[in-house]
Amino acid sequence: MPTVSMTVNGKTVSRDVEARTLLVQFLREHLNLTGTHVGCDTSQCGACVVHVDGRSVKSCTMLAAQANGASVTTIEGLAQGDKLHPMQEAFREHHALQCGFCTPGMIMSAIDLVKRNPNPSEETIRHELEGNICRCTGYHNIVKAVKAAAANM
Amino acid sequence: MTAESGIGASVRRKEDRRFITGNGRYTDDLNRPGQTYAFFVRSPHAHARIKRVDTTKASKMPGVVAIFTGKDVADSKVGGLICGWLIKSKDGSPHKAPPHPIIALDTVRHVGDQVAVVIGETLAQARDAAEQVQVEYEVLPAVVDPKDAAAKGAPQVHADAPGNLCYDWELGDKAATEAAFAKAHHVAKLDLVNNRLIPNAMEPRAAVAEYDFGTDSYTVWSTSQNPHVLKLLLCAFVLQVPEHKMRVIAPDVGGGFGSKIFNYPEETVCTWASRQIRRPVKWTAERSESFLTDAHGRDHVTHVELALDKAGKFLAMRVDTHANLGAYLSTFATSVPTYLYAPLLAGPYTTPQLYIEVKGVFTHTTPVDAYRGAGRPEATYLLERIVETAAREMKIDPAELRRRNFIPPDAFPYQTPVIQQYDIGNYHASLDKALEMIDYKGFPARRAQSEKKGKRRGIGFSSYIEACGIAPSAAVGALGGGVGLWESGQVRFNPTGSVTIHTGSHSHGQGHETTFAQIVADKLGVPIENIEVVHGDTDKTAFGMGTYGSRSLAVGGSAIVKACDKIVAKAKKIAAHMLEAAVEDIEHERGVFKVSGTDKSVNIAQIAFSAYVPHNYPADVEPGLDETAFYDPLNFSFPAGTHICEVEVDPDTGIVDIAKWVAVDDFGTVINPMVVEGQVHGGIAQGVGQALLETCVYDKQSGQLLTGSYMDYCMPRADDLPSFEVGMTTTPSPLNPLGVKGCGEAGAIAAPPALINAVTDALGIKHLDMPASPEKVWRAAQANRPRMAAE
Repeated sequence: MPTVSMTVNGKTVSRDVEARTLLVQFLREHLNLTGTHVGCDTSQCGACVVHVDGRSVKSCTMLAAQANGASVTTIEGLAQGDKLHPMQEAFREHHALQCGFCTPGMIMSAIDLVKRNPNPSEETIRHELEGNICRCTGYHNIVKAVKAAAANM
Repeated sequence: MTAESGIGASVRRKEDRRFITGNGRYTDDLNRPGQTYAFFVRSPHAHARIKRVDTTKASKMPGVVAIFTGKDVADSKVGGLICGWLIKSKDGSPHKAPPHPIIALDTVRHVGDQVAVVIGETLAQARDAAEQVQVEYEVLPAVVDPKDAAAKGAPQVHADAPGNLCYDWELGDKAATEAAFAKAHHVAKLDLVNNRLIPNAMEPRAAVAEYDFGTDSYTVWSTSQNPHVLKLLLCAFVLQVPEHKMRVIAPDVGGGFGSKIFNYPEETVCTWASRQIRRPVKWTAERSESFLTDAHGRDHVTHVELALDKAGKFLAMRVDTHANLGAYLSTFATSVPTYLYAPLLAGPYTTPQLYIEVKGVFTHTTPVDAYRGAGRPEATYLLERIVETAAREMKIDPAELRRRNFIPPDAFPYQTPVIQQYDIGNYHASLDKALEMIDYKGFPARRAQSEKKGKRRGIGFSSYIEACGIAPSAAVGALGGGVGLWESGQVRFNPTGSVTIHTGSHSHGQGHETTFAQIVADKLGVPIENIEVVHGDTDKTAFGMGTYGSRSLAVGGSAIVKACDKIVAKAKKIAAHMLEAAVEDIEHERGVFKVSGTDKSVNIAQIAFSAYVPHNYPADVEPGLDETAFYDPLNFSFPAGTHICEVEVDPDTGIVDIAKWVAVDDFGTVINPMVVEGQVHGGIAQGVGQALLETCVYDKQSGQLLTGSYMDYCMPRADDLPSFEVGMTTTPSPLNPLGVKGCGEAGAIAAPPALINAVTDALGIKHLDMPASPEKVWRAAQANRPRMAAE
């Protein structure tokens, strides 16, 4: 089995895994970082979005081996100690989540979109989040939260 | 403190901390020592005889622990899954209930029907071995459409349901309805389809089942909306396990929308198999499996007629519906197109006569059961489409026609001709507010402006009512329901004054951990941060009935209020002793117990401490401060309201742009406006999904599911939807102690007719079946160009 090494949430990790192991399986099953979710099998839903070298990636679409040597950030790595990331705070403040299942991927995508669009319009936010499906909120409050977080990031 | 955290405050959710930090605990996040993985071999055919299942090669694959087929299950005397609601046909005969085996024995009846289960040391090994299970099928003809299935000569789904008919049911007075039609000035008619939907909660269904040989007992973690009901079904009806030997835990559950109410084959197989192999068994659906096996929703084919007098007063309505039940009866399948549907066709109107016929039909498709709204969206779509059609045909303003027929606010309680007695409402108030919010008067100008851009603008109304807070047990029993629908609530004070609430309701996104805590904060003055809500574990909570039908607050919340009342009654006795006063002189307000007319008082935390450290304590009072209440509602609750939307249609592309959406709902008392608005947003999004984007398509010849992934089944994305304007009117329900009605399903009920009314208005056409996809809209726009000559 190949050995895969990467930095996850600031810590260096190394595991022997089957070559077919997806990044999301590596995170969930080998590192027990279960905050990253799997909601589909066609790379449509976005529940598995993490950051790889600073860019948002659907971790079900990437082999763990492809992330060898990379720096990965998951939802568990966003808060600094007890201090939440502004996007996490905004999701709570604006009731941008209900069941919470899409939330980690949604937050990771939203952070990336604000990095690239520091002052996004509603239209930009809606367009950018097209790859993350939420079945609960109707997106109304997610859009509000992303706008609010953009002002605080 | 309660002003910011009690009833009516938009308290930020207590549960969010774990969800926004990746610390939620969903079923698939759990692993047990020695765990194995189940992978199901599923039928690729809609209808076939199983001639042979050969597991020889598969069982030699690496990591295979066991392989079970339908024969293994049958040999161990496992029962089939049951449907818990008895429907009687017109002739009095009970509905046909063919066997629903947890693994198919000799026939498969829909694509995805399970044929075998492979259990492996790893999921990859189980999946690899499953590919080597060889099944020989004799493919048989299939039928997927409910009207086709009811036709003569259609392929038969079950030998013991001739004509594929599960039941032929009716409601209402046929003769009186016919007589009213004979006197009508105008009759509006429509044929329409309520399109089949696939629920798609974002968390796929999953189960981990563990059998403990030492205690001969089971623990099952499952993505369930009602773990107690699942336990009852697994124990008493399917696996014949005593209830005290099973614990069912529904941990964090990622959305349900009805699809996680039911007892499915998969968690049942895992539970059974865990005993066979004496190791834990885990199964998580792939999304493709969710598409194939989660109970689908809607799927009605209907003819409706509405009779009106010259002034536009509704005289009578008649409805003929074919409802698709799928290949097997899911847990509550029979009730959805009957008692959850037909009584709601009275709507918010005074229509004096209704007659509804429903044929429940088996087809070679996935079972169909409750999906957000369950029967009520189907009723509301029908009613609000036919009302709109009548308004256009009689050239009466659609708002005015509704107003003329609304039940007046002073007519409550109002007995409809079809079972329900509405407790309270003010439908005019919701309509008026919605008209104001959307600026109805300004619509012609906005339409003209759109036309200048080459677009067509339309406006659509939907005035809905729903029956929820389900439900009074006696009423449900009289209608054929096989369960009681009360709820339990326990309020347990800890010695230092903090509170643990146990509820039989289950939150899978609704925010009970916050709103239920608000109730106790409000009633007993406990700071909300000192209150914890426990749910979803049959070992931690008294029996409960779970969450569906917008029932959690009206029924479960009321149980918590009753438990608070018991706490107060006991606390008064303790306070009287502490304050050396008579019990009847103790007054209570939000956790402060005071001797009437004095400034002597103790608070609930002091009383709780005294109750657990009863060194100086009344002799006739038990120690402890922990009360449980069971609440059975007196009636359904009846939220109602009006949604209005405006669309702009591009006739060149067929794209429908939602320009404006106004929702005005009456949910009675609102505990947390932020949470309620969130429920409305999500409901509208699902309703818009049905009306504009989503539809489940089966190939008519092969019975293959053509919309089996997110690439084929169009889920609403952020850029498909607008922001919504939400308003409220309030008539508190007089029938429960909180005055609440329920808000979870309203959006999904109200939205589809509003949208289709707007699209057909924009296009100047009578009808367009959902979803109003660009192709359908474009064709309609091309066929109907230019707009009506009068404009």
